[in-house]
Amino acid sequence: MTPEIDVLDSTLVARLQGELDMQVTDALRSALDQALNASGAKNMLFDLRLVSFIDSSGLGVILGRYRRIADKGGRLAFVNVEPPVRRVLELSGVLRISTEFQDEQQAIADLAQGGLA
Amino acid sequence: MEFDNFLRIEFFSRPENVGLARVTLAAFAAQLDYTITEIDDLKGAVSEAVSNAIIHGYGNDPDHVVKIVAYLREGELEIVVEDRGYGIPNIDEALRPGVSTVPERLGLGFSFIKSFVDRLEIISDPGKGTRVIMFKRPGSQSSDARTN
Repeated sequence: MTPEIDVLDSTLVARLQGELDMQVTDALRSALDQALNASGAKNMLFDLRLVSFIDSSGLGVILGRYRRIADKGGRLAFVNVEPPVRRVLELSGVLRISTEFQDEQQAIADLAQGGLA
Repeated sequence: MEFDNFLRIEFFSRPENVGLARVTLAAFAAQLDYTITEIDDLKGAVSEAVSNAIIHGYGNDPDHVVKIVAYLREGELEIVVEDRGYGIPNIDEALRPGVSTVPERLGLGFSFIKSFVDRLEIISDPGKGTRVIMFKRPGSQSSDARTN
């Protein structure tokens, strides 16, 4: 599980793939932390199009990184949330503290403007 | 016969086996008439229970054994995830959302399981281990939890 990570207009864009359970959490956590440290990105956008499964372990990594950016006023956003993953995001309440966008371009433009979640 | 079919698997308490457990149980469950969403829920429940066994039951020590037994009985699936690890000293607290003994764990594992299955029972003996027993019938919506 190597996430594809870009930083565009102060937003870290992570395109994740596969099944996000405890098998991949260490690698995912360090890849995201490294990218956040190197870029100083303010917001985080997760593209979950290729994610077929997520459990509380995978969600913990995303929320742990969100806490880092939230302290500095950063926002969390998602694109391409497929049904099994959506259910977990809904159950956990994550969708209430984040914004879902139609596509990456729209997300990056909105996040760059610093609009409210 | 007390049940119509059963499955028993045992594996080391290693992260790579969480996915194995998930797909194995999903394949076994496919004998009943579950919707895709219900199968996804079962995968989620198994994933949480096995992760709990590895992380909390065995403190991430990879050389212990997690056992799963599943029964099909009169159209209902029962899944038992068992470890012989530390046990849960306070089940009521463990069931409370947002409570975790491990940093950066959400403490949502049991909450998710309760949402995913019809009925959840937890039997734990501190120092001896934990059994997480989950019941799910196709087409049912209800969810509650009992503890022992």
